[in-house]
Amino acid sequence: MNLPALGLTALVGGVLIHASTGLPAFGDPDSPPSVHVSPRYIERGTAETGAANLVTAVLADYRGWDTLGETAVIFTAGLACLLIVGGGAAWRGEDDR
Amino acid sequence: MRFPLGSPTLDAAARLMTPFVLLFAAYVVVHGHDSPGGGFQGGVLLAAAVILVKLVRGRPAGWEIGTRTALGLACAGVVLFAGIGVVPLFFGGSYLDYGVPQWLPGPTATRVIGTLGIEIGVTLTVAGVLLVVFDALAAWGEEEPA
Repeated sequence: MNLPALGLTALVGGVLIHASTGLPAFGDPDSPPSVHVSPRYIERGTAETGAANLVTAVLADYRGWDTLGETAVIFTAGLACLLIVGGGAAWRGEDDR
Repeated sequence: MRFPLGSPTLDAAARLMTPFVLLFAAYVVVHGHDSPGGGFQGGVLLAAAVILVKLVRGRPAGWEIGTRTALGLACAGVVLFAGIGVVPLFFGGSYLDYGVPQWLPGPTATRVIGTLGIEIGVTLTVAGVLLVVFDALAAWGEEEPA
């Protein structure tokens, strides 16, 4: 057993669990995101992005980076599927099974 | 998919449905700005139309979109998304800040076009990846070609 690794994992895990007790309750209307981020999106989202659909305003505009990452993740997942399931043979135009 | 599920009934049903599925996919992508929808959903619909045709008529059908073409579509989608993000950098804006160039009149017109562009990128990626997955799974059970 790797005791240093176990100790480090326990330490980091303990710190994270301790920190999680300081988070606002789930759905708390007084938490920072609910107090200024969400109202700002709802009040000015359509005026700032031109999207009547708030989901699109957040997904494609305010959080465009996030969506770019999601797209890259989907692309990577497709590549991984091709490699694992065996599309490689189709890719090379041969059948090596 | 050497053995398509084709029969005259399925063939007629697929012929009837495919154009509407494609049209609805385009609608979901383009109108996603103002109603539920967007690139992810539109991409799935687009892939569903192609997979329907492939299932019914066999692999060479479906506009002959094979694994290579589908992978190319997926790559093009990611590149389109990332490329549109680069454009505002040349106009003093931040990455992915589509509204900065101000090519069109109105405060948000250019921004809407940029958003539509990245949605199309997402559509291509999702559709391409789903077709890649379908092809990979369909090829797995394929018999040795004689």
